[in-house]
Amino acid sequence: MAADGVKMRVSGLDFYYGPKQTLFDVNLQIVTNRITALIGPSGCGKSTFLRTLNRMYETVPHARAEGEILFDNEDLLTMDPVALRRRVGMVFQRPNPFPKSIFDNIAYGLRVNGTYRGAALQEKVEKSLRRAALWDEVKDQLHKSAYALSGGQQQRLCIARALAVDPEVLLLDEPCSALDPIATAKIEELLYSLQDQCTQVIVTHNMQQAARVADLTGFFLLGKLIEFNKTEIVFKTPAKKETEDYITGRFG
Amino acid sequence: MPWRDIWRKFVNYFMFSLTGICALVTVGVLFFILGYLVWNGGSSLSWAFLTHLPTPVGEPGGGMANAIVGSAKLLLLASLIGIPIGFLGGVYLAEFGGRSFPFVVRYTADLLNGVPSIVMGIFAYTIVVLPMKHFSAFAGGLALGVMMIPIAVRSTEEALRTVPLMLREGALALGASKWKTIATVVVPAARKGIVTGIILDIARVAGETAPLLFTAFSNRFWSPGWNQPTASLPVMVFTYAISPYEDWHRQAWAAGLVLLTLVLVANVAAKLSVSGRSAR
Repeated sequence: MAADGVKMRVSGLDFYYGPKQTLFDVNLQIVTNRITALIGPSGCGKSTFLRTLNRMYETVPHARAEGEILFDNEDLLTMDPVALRRRVGMVFQRPNPFPKSIFDNIAYGLRVNGTYRGAALQEKVEKSLRRAALWDEVKDQLHKSAYALSGGQQQRLCIARALAVDPEVLLLDEPCSALDPIATAKIEELLYSLQDQCTQVIVTHNMQQAARVADLTGFFLLGKLIEFNKTEIVFKTPAKKETEDYITGRFG
Repeated sequence: MPWRDIWRKFVNYFMFSLTGICALVTVGVLFFILGYLVWNGGSSLSWAFLTHLPTPVGEPGGGMANAIVGSAKLLLLASLIGIPIGFLGGVYLAEFGGRSFPFVVRYTADLLNGVPSIVMGIFAYTIVVLPMKHFSAFAGGLALGVMMIPIAVRSTEEALRTVPLMLREGALALGASKWKTIATVVVPAARKGIVTGIILDIARVAGETAPLLFTAFSNRFWSPGWNQPTASLPVMVFTYAISPYEDWHRQAWAAGLVLLTLVLVANVAAKLSVSGRSAR
C-alpha cells in the first residue's frame, strides 16, 4: 500500500479513564477504502480505540487520549469534534434509531449539516437506503416509525443513516452482536459492497467475521496492539504467540 | 394449637387487616371528598354557574365565570414564568454541568419546593404589589409561577435521564452539536414525560389559595386586563365558605367541585399520555 493510501495514522496513542490507563502506545495505520477489523477479548481496549477515531470517548467524563492521530494529515485529537464526526461516521453495538420515522432517521444528518433540502433531500435519502440495501424493504413505509423495523433492519437503517452524510470513514462497533446469523450475513455483505466507497474500521468479537470481511486485522490484548497485519497473515501465520492463542481459542 | 402459634396467627391477620384498612382509607378519602362536594355543590352547579358573574348577597343565581376565567389567566401567567425556566433548568441539570453545581441546583430546587406557599405570596406581594400599589393578576401569576419552577425542573430532568445514552451518541456521531442533539433527539424522545410533569405541575398550583390572597386578591366582577385584582376559584371558595350566607356556602361547594374536577381531569390526562403507545 502506498503511503498516500493511509487515511488515519495513529502514533503512540495512550488512553486514560481518569487515572486508569486503558490503551498503551498504539501505533497503526488505517488504509483508505479498506476494511480494518479489530479483534481481541472483552475489555482489551478495541472499542475504546475505535471511539478515539471520532472522539466519541469525550461523552465520558475524565476520559482523555494522548499521542497523535493524523486524519488526512490533520491532527484528529485537536480538530473540532463536530466537524470530525461529520467526516467519520459510526454504527453502534445495538441498533439505535431515533424515535422518528424511517425517512427522518436518514435525513437527520443531512438536515443537521444543512446541505440538502426538498427534492434533493428525498433523493439522497433514497440513495442512502439503496446503498444500505434497505430501500426495497422500506420504500412503502418511509413515514412509519423506525421502531417498527426488525433488529437487523434497524441496524441497516443506522448504517444508511451514517452513510447519508457521505463519511470518509465508517466506524462499526460490534455492529452484529445483537443480531441473528441471517441479519449478520446481510450486514457483512453490505460492508463488503461498501469497501470501494469508504474506509471502514470494524470492532468485532467474532473472529470468523473479521476473517470474512476484513482486509487488515489488528489484535488487541490488555490495551496493547499485539499484532497488526493483513487478515490472512494474522489468521494463518500470526507472528505473536498471544495472537495464535487467541485465534485458536486457547483463551478469550 | 399452642398459644404461640395462635398469637403468631393473630398478629399476622391483625397487621394484614391494618395495612389493608390504611390502603382503603387512602382511596376512600378522595371518594369521600368527591362525594361530599357533589352532594353539597352539585345542586348549585349549572350552566349559569359557569357563565355568569356573582350576584350580590340575597339575590339568587349568579355564578363564578369571572373566577374561572381569572384562574385560567393566573395559570397562563404562571406557566409563562414557570415552564420555560423550569424546563431549561431541567435540561441544564440533565445534560450539562459538572459535579457540584448541579448538586447545588437540585438541592435548592427541592428546598424551593418546600417553601410554604404563603411565603411565595409574601414574596410576590413585596416585589410586585407593593411597588405597584395594587393587587394584580401579574402578582398572582408570579407567585404561582415561582411555585411551578422546582417541580418543572425536577420532572424535566427525570424525563431526560430516561433517554438512553445510545440515542445521544447516535446524533453526536452524525455531527450534531450537543445542543442540536438535545433539541432534536433527546427532548423529543422525552416529550411525554416532560409534558406529563408539566400538566401535573399546573394542576398542583391550580388549587393554591394562600399565594393568591394578597397578590391577585379577588374581584366580584370581570377583571379587565392583567393589571387588576383578579378572581380565582380557590380564593372564591375561601371567601364564600367563610361568609355567613347559606347560598354562598353552596356556591363555595360548587366552586370546589369545579376546581377538583379540573385537577382530576388534568391528572387523568397526564396518566393517559404516559400509558399511551410510546414511540419506542
